[in-house]
Amino acid sequence: MTEDRLAPPTFDPVDAAAAAARFAATAPADVHYALVDSPIGTLVAASTPRGLATLSYADRFGGTDGVLDWVAARLSPRILEAPARLDDVRRELDEYFQGRRRDFDLPIDWALVSPFGRRVLQATAAIPFGGVKTYGEMATQAGNPKASRAAGRALGANPIPIVVPCHRVIGASGRLTGYTGGLHRKVALLEIEGVVLPG
Amino acid sequence: MAVSQPPFQRFLDAHREDVWRFLLASVGRDAADDCFQETFLSAMRAYPRMRPDNPRAWVLTIAHRKALDHFRARRRRAVPVGDDLPDVAAPPDPEPRDDGVWARVDALPPKQRGAVLLRFAGDLSHREVAAAMGVSEEAARRNAFEGLRKLRQEMT
Repeated sequence: MTEDRLAPPTFDPVDAAAAAARFAATAPADVHYALVDSPIGTLVAASTPRGLATLSYADRFGGTDGVLDWVAARLSPRILEAPARLDDVRRELDEYFQGRRRDFDLPIDWALVSPFGRRVLQATAAIPFGGVKTYGEMATQAGNPKASRAAGRALGANPIPIVVPCHRVIGASGRLTGYTGGLHRKVALLEIEGVVLPG
Repeated sequence: MAVSQPPFQRFLDAHREDVWRFLLASVGRDAADDCFQETFLSAMRAYPRMRPDNPRAWVLTIAHRKALDHFRARRRRAVPVGDDLPDVAAPPDPEPRDDGVWARVDALPPKQRGAVLLRFAGDLSHREVAAAMGVSEEAARRNAFEGLRKLRQEMT
């Protein structure tokens, strides 16, 4: 003890980190997230009590922090990293990339999607493994055959790629047109599914 | 994108060491984890609507309140209730502490104790201590000074 100060107690930062990890694993946050490795890059999986709300490529919005800022603004800032709560997501993705799974059984929370977007994405979720459809077909299934551009925007904004397989939607001419994670990932996913692209 | 609070995980990572250090001094190793969990649980509940100018002082103020709750609960457990109970000695402190000068802080009068802990274990300014304890800055300064003086007397 000096004249006018008292040295703060010494502590092991490992203990503080362990206490924080216990908190994140058990506290009832509105959104829990985990980073998931995949052959086409790291994904940020975030779920609410309703289900999986996003599975974003970690380089979307400039990095993991950008993805989490976006989720905080759109859903809730009560977000914690709780990998064990996303075990099902990790397991099903691993199985998909290992060729042992063709459909996902994960509950979905559509909170990050507009009503029209939800109709488009739900129709997209019904396209079987290895199949492809056009943007126009998705617009028709969402109830508005003239809205293929809007359908394209909804698919481009898909917050849950891979699980909601927007990579199975391509242009009428057979061109891939675009993808939320970049065209190279769309090609990789279609190759995994054995799709032979025209041209 | 609209301005919003950063994800709570980032807040937790930024402040976990300050809160842990404060609670080690304030309630001791054995109770620190419970108080840590309670502190961040309360902080997370209030987080979306709270936009504290000073998040560090805000979360340490919550930790200080949780430490007070802990002491009240311990006192309740230690004191027999009711008039017809036999007059027994209070059980020994359930959490004997072996952390030197910080264990002695327990014995200070509450205001001095709070000021010493928030100032020196929490590393808050006198102004921040004053806000946390709901007293004037002058009173916070005096409480920390008196508390330190008392500790120094006991150690000599």
